[in-house]
This record gives sequence, structure tokens and C-alpha cells, in this order.
Amino acid sequence: MTAVSYLLGTVSVIVGRSDGSLSQYMLVRDEDNIGRIERIREFESHPGAITHIFPEFSRKGFKVGDAAGHVGLHFGTSTRTLLIEEVLDQAVERVAISPRNDGVLYASRDGQTYYRSLWNEHPESSISSLWRKVWYEGRNGPDYVWQSSSATDEFEPKFSLMPLTLGTLKAAFYAMLFAMPLAICGAVYTAYFMHPTIRGWVKPTIEVMEALPTVILGFLAGLWFAPFVENHLPAVFSVLVVLPVVMLATAFAWRKAPAVIRHRIPEGWESVILIPVIIASTWACVALSPGIEVAFFDGSMRQWFTDIGVTYDQRNALVVGIAMGFAVIPTIFSIAEDAVFNVPKHLTQGSLALGATPWQTMLGVVLLTASPGIFSALMIGFGRAVGETMIVLMATGNSPVMNFNIFEGMRTLSANIAVEMPEAAVGGTHYRLLFLAALVLFGFTFVLNTIAEIVRQRLRTRYSSL
Amino acid sequence: MIRKWFKSGDPWIWLIGGAVTISVIMVIGLLLMIGVRGLGHFWQPPIVEATFTSDSADEQRNVLGTIRSLETVSAQSVRESGVSVPPAQNFVDRYLFKLGNRDLTGQDFEWFIADRLSDFRYPLDAIQLQRREWGDFFGYLEAILEDGEVVAEGEAAFDVLAERLARTSEIMRQINHIERYEIGDINKKIEAQRLERRRVELANNLAPEEKSRRFAEIESNVAQLNAEYDVLFTELRAVRDRSLRDALVARTPDGRTVTIPFANVVRATRANAMDTGEKLVEYGARFWEFLSEYPREANTEGGILPAIFGTVMMVMIMSIVVTPFGVLAAIYLREYASQGPITRMVRISVNNLAGVPSIVFGVFGLGFFVYFLGGNIDRWFYPEALPAPTFGSPGLIWASLTLALLTLPVVIVSTEEGLTRIPKAMREGSLALGATKSETLWKVIVPVSTPAMMTGLILAVARAAGEVAPLMLVGVVKLAPNLPVDGEFPFVHLERRIMHLGFHIYDVGFQSPNVEAGRPLVYATALILVLLILLLNLTAIAIRNRLRERYKSDSD
Repeated sequence: MTAVSYLLGTVSVIVGRSDGSLSQYMLVRDEDNIGRIERIREFESHPGAITHIFPEFSRKGFKVGDAAGHVGLHFGTSTRTLLIEEVLDQAVERVAISPRNDGVLYASRDGQTYYRSLWNEHPESSISSLWRKVWYEGRNGPDYVWQSSSATDEFEPKFSLMPLTLGTLKAAFYAMLFAMPLAICGAVYTAYFMHPTIRGWVKPTIEVMEALPTVILGFLAGLWFAPFVENHLPAVFSVLVVLPVVMLATAFAWRKAPAVIRHRIPEGWESVILIPVIIASTWACVALSPGIEVAFFDGSMRQWFTDIGVTYDQRNALVVGIAMGFAVIPTIFSIAEDAVFNVPKHLTQGSLALGATPWQTMLGVVLLTASPGIFSALMIGFGRAVGETMIVLMATGNSPVMNFNIFEGMRTLSANIAVEMPEAAVGGTHYRLLFLAALVLFGFTFVLNTIAEIVRQRLRTRYSSL
Repeated sequence: MIRKWFKSGDPWIWLIGGAVTISVIMVIGLLLMIGVRGLGHFWQPPIVEATFTSDSADEQRNVLGTIRSLETVSAQSVRESGVSVPPAQNFVDRYLFKLGNRDLTGQDFEWFIADRLSDFRYPLDAIQLQRREWGDFFGYLEAILEDGEVVAEGEAAFDVLAERLARTSEIMRQINHIERYEIGDINKKIEAQRLERRRVELANNLAPEEKSRRFAEIESNVAQLNAEYDVLFTELRAVRDRSLRDALVARTPDGRTVTIPFANVVRATRANAMDTGEKLVEYGARFWEFLSEYPREANTEGGILPAIFGTVMMVMIMSIVVTPFGVLAAIYLREYASQGPITRMVRISVNNLAGVPSIVFGVFGLGFFVYFLGGNIDRWFYPEALPAPTFGSPGLIWASLTLALLTLPVVIVSTEEGLTRIPKAMREGSLALGATKSETLWKVIVPVSTPAMMTGLILAVARAAGEVAPLMLVGVVKLAPNLPVDGEFPFVHLERRIMHLGFHIYDVGFQSPNVEAGRPLVYATALILVLLILLLNLTAIAIRNRLRERYKSDSD
């Protein structure tokens, strides 16, 4: 061991050895709270024995001189070796770096001092520090962490985009889980089975739904729906089971109903008949919810979740999924409805003439023909869910977690930009990373939308040729 | 038989029909909820008095306030929050009371278990005061003071209350006028002199004598302004003293007596003595106050005038920018461009632009408009104000430009659709009569497709009015001291930050220190925003439908 120096913040030390190798050590506590000095990083070796290590004043980088006349520039967090350069034909005795990291001084053994200017911006980010696990100072092991700022200057910024990307996908996934069945089933029904009069009412309603500002959806989700879900958890799950069953039961009852009533209402009015049924059964689920909690979950389903080891946040992926699903439904619905409605009539009529039931025609002919349109609707809906900002911002706790638990929140790329951009120092690494996040979002939605658009144009040509 | 029924597919049709029903119920339910809660905010509820018995049953206290909500929860969850409930009981009803009096008790909302409350009363002498500070006050009016002397007591106090409150409100309006306009004006002039001084300092082409002459001139101007300021300040102090003449004495529910100066009271209501007519008048007054006043108390009270104004201004400037660009682009794409792969790519890109997340536009606006364009404008035209930015910080103009970019595809797509729908006969007729292509375009096609352009613009406005995420980066603030339009040259201040309805909802609902107090106001703001957007959208839908029918008959 030939040179030792603390890095900024005196949490970890850099050790240089006579063989030119450089390592970073720090105190790590294991489960029994016993501290051990662990080697957490290796840097690229120098050709000669390390003579001097000089830490940067405001970041986790350091400058190194060696006995073979090289100076090197390394950075802790990202484990990057930025520069190893031969500057002298003799040993470098001392190195120093300017407080703004824009110049270095080094001295040879015979007392000569040399100055070099330096351009060293954003060394803390690299592909691996953005996308792979990093062992940050004061932590027990390598991890994905996004933590961009703190109160002290000696703080090591943690810029891993993984939690944000995963959060974005998580939010979009749950939103699609909610929106996809409702939007596509709804679109198929509206376009193919629904009575034209009602269709004339449903379409503007869905357009109004699309026009609702997401800030309103977000605030309702955060301030009203999240506490509501927390207090009526059994209702949320029972609705999932009860509604389909009740709908089927209504269908059966309708079939058995006296012909007088049945003939009074034309075909295509099924969804109108279902209105009171759905409202009543949803209300019943909510009203029975405290009873279910008392009977099966010792009075509080939320507490029951905590007891079986599932973390429950009030503002969680379930709430976001439903709120953002609400925002995505009209997008998917309109495009899918268009695709289904424009399926050439002679195809469906041909199928019906051959004796297929309307449902068989729908499955075998309509869906098959319109499937590219439905696919592009899903793509566009997914793109919208990925980029949505206000709902996620307001309906989650915005904590960057790395899991897919439906009862925990997340922090998405877009919400992260909205929260941190106004506070990021212009031109700094953090600021540029937020731009990178925006670029990632842009690229992602651009690809999705282009695919969807091309598929749709293909479909249009196909319809016109049929 | 059931199997046969399932095979026929009938049940599945019902099932997917249910999906439509659920979606529609969700939309309508949501609109109804916002409507009911938003409009309910302005209705004066009765003031309830009840006796609360504590856990150990040895302590009783009076509770006075309005009931915010009543809900049934499982006993277990109440127990978890530390309230003891008899073990046999499974469900608990609980009331959320708005108690006000935050300055005296520290909390203005409290949950009470229904079983512990008894003896509900509606005392006639209970009053609710909306105050300029510390939120609402609930108590019993005892007397009215003038310069510390009692002038009215008991029932007579209520009659005096209203008329003296009107007097104080008038004085408060004067104070506001002096502070906001007269003193504000002088401050702006002093700031202008400071900038002038800096400009002279930076001017290289002036001789030293000229410079010192100008400095002396500025000095004397500033001295004169300071003198004017002193006069106004004395006047302000005199008016303020007058406003402090009257006060009211009230008893709080826990028996304390407090004196509240009228200067701190915005509105006083004796809820339980009001009949429905009076409540309706009060409702109207509150609604008007909400639309026409500035916010108070960290935005959780008062009105939303600056937010409405900011939203409307921003959307107007955006329309001025987006209309020519969008319409011209659409006309070019549809009428002039050859329909080859390049046009196809442009069209895909325009559609893509509509799918780009709005926050990305915000980031672009911040990087390009604010820091690049704004920063350069500052360097060229406002060097004297640097380092304080003039255009180099988020503001109205940048917000409008960003939203113009965001809504450009809406206008292009809608205009193009309008152009496509024009019957061929019309176009060919014009050409057959010998009109050139451009004459046909400007005299026939553009006038006929104006409704389509209007539809596009209205949809763009509706989209822009509801967009919040990009604005958080390029121009909205939680509280703007000045409106972007005022009597001072150049009258429209494009560089100022604005307040915005959508951001107001986010800010009051999520960033404010007292979320519960602000909640009704958030619903009311949301209602205004939704109404605005619904109105715009329904107009657009109506125009579009009429348009379709008109062309249908034209082409027949």
C-alpha cells in the first residue's frame, strides 16, 4: 500500500498499491450490525506504483499520480477511469485538482510543477451507472437507486434509471390491465351489436371522457379514490367477481323474461338494461364491504394485508391503474371502435348468411379483420399510459421502488421530470439526465405510435381493397 | 340448456355490453360527483352544536361546527387509530366536523364517533366567520365593539354586524387599492429607475459628465418617488387605523371569549337563522366571490380569478400562434403537396406528435424556449436586468408557445379532415369557371372549410386548457402577485408567470399545508375547469356534426 486518501465526505477511502492497482474501501454493516471494511470497487491499474491520491472537492472523483510518470483521473460512483496519461518521464510526486475540476497540478520529484487544464463534466454517469446495480456509499450492497438530491454537499447522487423505468412500465401495465378489457369489449359491442340510437349517445360520451383533463382524474384518484379504496378494499375485489356474474345472470333472466317485455325493447339495448343492474350491484358491494371486512379480515383488510407481509400504501398501483386506465379507455375505444365499425358489411353479412350466429361472426370474421386496428389502438393507448404525468404524480407516493406489488406506489419517468426539473441546476448532470429521461419517453412513444400508424394505414388500404 | 345458451354467444354479448355500460357510468358518475361537490361548496350548511363525551365518560365538551361527512367504517380500523370502541361493536358511524378556530385549538377538522355525540342542537346565535387569517371561526356572537366600547349586544348585535362589516369591507378595499396599485406603481417606478441607472452604467458611448448628469437625474427622481411613497404610506396607515375601529366579541364553544377585529372578517353568516332565500343569496355571493376574487390563505380560501384569467390568456395567445401554422400546414399538405412517401411521412409525424407525452413538450419548452430563446432575448434586449431574468425564466409566452406546439396536430388533422370533406363538385365548379388554383383555394375552399378549422381550434383550446404537466416547467406558479394584463405599458406582460386552473387543483389539493380545508375549493375549481372544457368540446362536436350533414346534402 503506497497511498491512501478519503473521498469527499470521508465515508470511503481509496487505496493505491505498489503494483499500481487502485481500490475503494468502506465500512459495510451486515445483518448483525457488525461493521467490516469491504472492498467495493476496483479501478483500472496504473503502470507504476501509486504515489499520491487527491480527491475532488465537490464530487466523488479523484486524481492519481504514479511512479512511472502517469496521472490518472477516476470516478468513484460510476467506477470509471476517465484518463491515464503519461505526462512525465519520471515519477509524479504530487497531484492536485482545482476546486471547480477544471485544472490539475502535478509535481515531479525534482520539484518542477506543471499545470494542465481539464474538461471533466458529468463523470458520475455511465451506461452501467444508469442501468445496472451500483454499490453506493453507506449501503450494504449494490442496488438500483434513484436519489438525486439531499441536504448536504457531500452527498453521493444516485442516478439509476432502472427504478423509474420499472415504475413507468408498472403504472402502464396496471392501467392497461384495467383499460384493455373494458375498452376493447366496449368498442366491439358499440360498433357491432349496439343499437344505432344508443351508439349516437355513447360516442360523444366517450369523447367527453377523452377530453377530461388528467389533472382532474389525478386529483380525484389521489384525494377521493385512494382513501375510498383503502377503506373499501373488499368492495374493489368483490366488484371484480360480482359484476360479470350479475351481468350473466341478467342475461339469463332476460331470456326467461315474458316475451311481452322482451319484444318491447329491440336488440342492441343490452347495455341500457344493464345500467340499473350494474349501479345496484356496485352499490351493494360497497355497502357490504365493512361486513366482509369484519367477517373475514378481522375488521380491516388493509391490516390483514400488512399482517400477511404485503406492504400497502394508500396511493398505490391499483389506484393509478384504475385512474390512468380511465384516461386510456377512450383512446383505445375510439380507434378500436373505428376499426371494427369499418369492417366491410358484405363480410359480416356473408358470414351470417352462412348460418353463423352474430357472436360467431364477431369472433371469426369481425375481430379477425379488425385485429390490426385493435392492435394499433392498444399501442397508442400504451404510449399514452407510459407518458401520462399528472395522474401518476398525484395518485402515487412517487417513491422509486423496484417491484410490481399492486399495493405499492411507483415513480415514473414523467412524474420524475415534473417533480425534479424545476429544481435541477441548469446544465448539471441531474438536469441532463432528466432530459435523457424525456428523450427515452419520446423515443418509446415515437416507436409505438409509428408502428400503430403504419399498421392502421395498412389496414385502411386493406379495407378499401376488400 | 345452459350450455346451448352459452354456445349461442348471447351471454358474451351481454358481457361485452356491460363493458360499455361500466365506462359510461364511470364518466357520468365522475361528472356528477364533481358537479355535486363543486356546487355544494358554496351552500351554507347549518351550524350544529353537540355534546361530546370522551372515552372515559367523565369529560364532556361542546362541539360546534358544520358536518363535512358521515361514514360507516369497521370498528377495527377505528380501534387501530387509538379510539376505544366497545368490543361487541363491529361497525362505527363517524362524523367529520369542520370546527374552525384553528388559531385557538390548532386543528379545524375532527372526526367524532357518532355514539359519543349526543343532543344535536342548532343554536340561533351561532355564527360562522370567514376570516382573512386562520380560516373559519365558529362561535356565539356576544357584542359589537367600537374603539373598545360596546355598542350593541344580544339580538341587536346581529343587525349592527352586517352594516359595520360592510363599512370595514369598503375600507379594506381601499387598503387593497393603495397597496396593490398606488404603492405597487411607485415600487415599479423605483425599479425602473434602478434599471435605468444600470443601463447608463453599461452604456459605453456616454461621456463621464453625461453619465454623472444622468445619475443625478435618476437620484432626484428616486428621491421624489420616495417622498411620494412616504405620503402614501402615511395615508395607508390612517386608513388602516380606521379599519381597526370595529370588532366583535364572540364566545367559543369551549367557553372562552375572543375579540375579533372586523378587519379580519371577510364574511359573517348566522346560518341557523337564515331561511332558504337568504341562503340562496349567500350562495350567489359566495359563488361570485369565488370567480372574482384573489386567493387567500395559501390558495385554500378566496377566489380563483387569477387562475381563470391566466388560463384564458394563455389559451388565447396559444390560439393566435397555432391557428396560422396549423391551417397553413394542413392546406399545404392537402392542396399543394404531392401525395408521395414524403407527405405520408410528414403525416405520420404529425400523428406521432399528437402521441408524444405532454411532459416531453414541457422539457423541450424549458430547454429551447425558456433557456435558449429567452436567455438570448435577455442578453440582447435586457442586459441591465441581468442576472435577474426577464424572458429567460418560465412565463406566459413560453407556456403559450409550448402548448401551441402540443396542439398543432389537433388543428392540422381537423383542418385536413375538413378539406377532404369538401365536395368535389364545388372545387371543380370553381375551376371550370376559370378561377386559378389559388383563387379557388382562398375564395371557395378556405371559406367553406372554416367551420372545420374552428372545430380544430376549439378542440385545441380544450386540450390546452386542461394540460398541466408541461406548464409546471414552462410558466405556472402557485401564486402570481400580478395578472399578466394591467394598466402599465406594454399592458400585456408576456414574461410574467401565470396561475392556471389545472395547476391550482394540483397545488391546493396536494401541495398545500391544509389539504382538508382546501378540498371543497379544489372540487369547485375542478368544476369550473370541467365546465369550460365540456362547453368547448360540445361546441366542437356540434359544429362538426352540422358540418357533416351540410356536406351530405350538398353532395347529393
